[in-house]
Amino acid sequence: MPETTLRPLPTRDFDFWAAHHLLSRAGFGGTPDQVRALSQLGLDDAVDFIVDYEKLPTPEVGGDFQSNIMRPATEAEAAAYRRAREAGDEATLSEFRMRRQKRQVADRQQIREIRKWWLERMIETPRPLEEKMTLFWHGHFATGYRAIEDSWHMLQQNQMFREKATRNFGDLLFGIIRDPAMLRYLNNNQNRKERPNENFSRELMELFSLGEGNDYSEQDIKEGARALTGYTYRDDEFVFNERQHDGGPKTILGRSGDFDGDDFVRIILSRRVCSEFLALKLYRFFVNDAPDVPTQEQRPFLKTLAKKIRSGEYEVKPVLKALFKSRHFYAEANRCAVVKSPVQLTVQTIRSLQTPVRDLTTLAAANELMGQSIFEPPSVKGWDGGRSWINTSTFFIRQNLAIYLLTGKRPDIYDWQLSGTRYDPSILLASLDSDARGRVDPDEALPYLCRFMLGDIPHPSRLKSLGEFIGEHGDRIDGDRLTGVLCLITSMPEYQLC
Amino acid sequence: MPREEPNAYSRRLFLQQGVTLASIAGTVPWFVQQSATGMMHPLDSAVSSLPGVPEDRILVVVQLGGGNDGLNTVVPYFSDQYRKVRPAIAIGAPGRPNGGAGAALELDQGAGLGLHPQLTGLKSLHDEGLLGVIQGTGYPNPNRSHFTSMDIWHTARHDAKGNGWLGRYFDNTCNGSPDPEGAISIGGTAPLAMLGDIQKPVSFESEDLFRWLGQDLHASMKSPYDRINRMGMPEDVEPGTQASFLMRTALDAQLSSDRIREAVALKTLVDYPNNNGLARQLRLVGAMIRNEMRTRVYYVTLGGFDTHANQLNGHGNRMRQFGEAMRIFQNDLKAQGNDKRVLTMVFSEFGRRVAQNASGGTDHGTAAPMFLIGPMARAGVLGQHPSLENLDSGDLRHTVDFRSVYASVLEDWLKTPSRDVLGQDYPKANVFNQEALK
Repeated sequence: MPETTLRPLPTRDFDFWAAHHLLSRAGFGGTPDQVRALSQLGLDDAVDFIVDYEKLPTPEVGGDFQSNIMRPATEAEAAAYRRAREAGDEATLSEFRMRRQKRQVADRQQIREIRKWWLERMIETPRPLEEKMTLFWHGHFATGYRAIEDSWHMLQQNQMFREKATRNFGDLLFGIIRDPAMLRYLNNNQNRKERPNENFSRELMELFSLGEGNDYSEQDIKEGARALTGYTYRDDEFVFNERQHDGGPKTILGRSGDFDGDDFVRIILSRRVCSEFLALKLYRFFVNDAPDVPTQEQRPFLKTLAKKIRSGEYEVKPVLKALFKSRHFYAEANRCAVVKSPVQLTVQTIRSLQTPVRDLTTLAAANELMGQSIFEPPSVKGWDGGRSWINTSTFFIRQNLAIYLLTGKRPDIYDWQLSGTRYDPSILLASLDSDARGRVDPDEALPYLCRFMLGDIPHPSRLKSLGEFIGEHGDRIDGDRLTGVLCLITSMPEYQLC
Repeated sequence: MPREEPNAYSRRLFLQQGVTLASIAGTVPWFVQQSATGMMHPLDSAVSSLPGVPEDRILVVVQLGGGNDGLNTVVPYFSDQYRKVRPAIAIGAPGRPNGGAGAALELDQGAGLGLHPQLTGLKSLHDEGLLGVIQGTGYPNPNRSHFTSMDIWHTARHDAKGNGWLGRYFDNTCNGSPDPEGAISIGGTAPLAMLGDIQKPVSFESEDLFRWLGQDLHASMKSPYDRINRMGMPEDVEPGTQASFLMRTALDAQLSSDRIREAVALKTLVDYPNNNGLARQLRLVGAMIRNEMRTRVYYVTLGGFDTHANQLNGHGNRMRQFGEAMRIFQNDLKAQGNDKRVLTMVFSEFGRRVAQNASGGTDHGTAAPMFLIGPMARAGVLGQHPSLENLDSGDLRHTVDFRSVYASVLEDWLKTPSRDVLGQDYPKANVFNQEALK
């Protein structure tokens, strides 16, 4: 039975495979050499190395984007537009429309570039946890580009998640009620004193902090909406519009006062349910996402984790450190217990097998087909995760993505296209004995490769199928055969877990 | 077809056929037994049907996601109140456009009801007597969260818990042996409505990538791949675990891939437009129906109905796609000679508030119309339009519980006791053309 407390793993148990587990969950996996280096640090230093990432350099992946593609109209432009409308000047009006369409096209192009930029950042970063937590917050405070049509606002939000990634959950809530992308996404720019719009208030409690139906009533939503009136933005900046703010008395979650948005957030943070909600979210992201959690065994642990969150006043780092050092995190039941998200699958395949990055546009498209287009979550609820990633369709796309990364071949509907770069998989087996021509013994290599890629050694009958594939061409593994084996291992159902 | 290469598991089962199949049933998941049986009887595999279900009847569910504005779909132009509380977005009576909102298409002059101006496709189905409009569907104590309300429609339970109603229907009628392709949804994720304890739907977005492409790399790749992915679950994998779930999905994927790609490779009898997301999905459904797949329920989704702001253009665009897709799909079914076998049912998780909001849009509301389409549907406007005066804190009061519509679909169309599926008796809504059902 898994541990119910945050008791740490005995240092001696932090072996190669424990470090492998840590790097998969707290990051996007690593090469055999990276895993070995991490395990040699020992548990405490390894976890600190991962969590205290500020000491490490930031990735160099460019990121020059334009802030003003979707800037609001200047006063002169607005006046010209009004005059044209009043005069029925169709030529000028259509000129305006065309210019707007052009800007929209340019902005949609820019969000595609930003998407590739982030994917590349995740692939290249020396600070994997920073990007992983940024991804976590993006799924938690889900905002979709299509609804807001402003790529710069999406980027601003992404940078905020990165900056606050492992700081304090409260800071994130204070940040999100001032975030132009979110204010727009949940229509809070239209939440006014006389005509409250409840959208943000509802989701703030239902999806961002307390959980659906937990602790709050429809009345709390109405009162919370009043507290958030006047929270809006101008161009790229948050603006508190005092004239639209309802400064009157409100009662939210049992407390009364002339509350504003910050008060609303503070009231939420004071609720035990909030810490429990965050604990469960973190747990499903980092520890185990099998359906029906929390089970009988997991519930006490989640309570402990929530308590840790409260005692640290919502600071994220101490919680993550305790979690990543805990016996519970490394328990057998929690190994290979998380279904890789499409982003995880993509980035981990590249980082752990050291395949070429190939074409980022293709990777982004594949991620969309697998159900995870970053900056475009399906709804404000974010991605459901876990088994919902997997269906008979995404299953093939997941397998085929690996084929693309390993071989550079991608289907262009009916035809293969070559992207050029050849993959050299030999680093994966560098630690095994090889013969004069660099070939290794399959009986040794196969179980090792499987455990490295699947987290576990599969059933003998499945291992046998792989052995027979190699055996058809002699008794040693060479380059092409090895790539073939990797194609087959990545096609195994177990490869979808980490 | 990969069947000429039965895997080790089915070879074992083949030797034991008839002797231990029943005892295996306790420990082997359904799909393995089903597919192994299918492999043993290749000739039978195309003719099986769900016991108690009319051999040839099909249900197509169309979900309008985001909360479709029912009042701007079926337009109550009879009501002064409608115009008053929706000054910028109320659609005018036929021939009397209200600015950019336009004028409704006539639906029922006596009742003062019209259709959204972009619903010309739906209007022509109405004119041919193929459209049933069920007014004011909803449920008591409406929930205005997209996710919860959608789950309520999917589970048909007010607590929104448990399996989907179609999943339960399959679970109840499959005698423990579900068809791997009994239910197919087009889209990235399987809808909750189709998830049962036993029944799981096949889901796919695009048929082109619905197979493993590694087999094209080298001739020697396919055989080990099939052994790994068509094997199902080895004995030491515990049911219910992540690994068993994935192995099960892997096998389902292989078998479905074979059959579906064969079906949708056929050229369609009518042209479907490219700029219509719903039509794209229905083209696939039409192809699978035409190729006599054993699927009983198909599920398609059109999103984008969450019209909180400036809704005229966005909602109009959705309406156009919806009406046009329904029309072309019906043409396809007719050309195939399958129109009498296929019932289409349309719903959304809720309607929208009666009054427009400050942003030229509408917020989450309650009751809205459902549609049944096909010659078996009782044509015309059914039930009673909810009052626009007697509201429940700004929202319509539903006049028909949507589970009464489900009950009719289950009993009259799928010929199954609705109580077993819905958990209690709901009075059947009178929504079928009983003559056409005979």
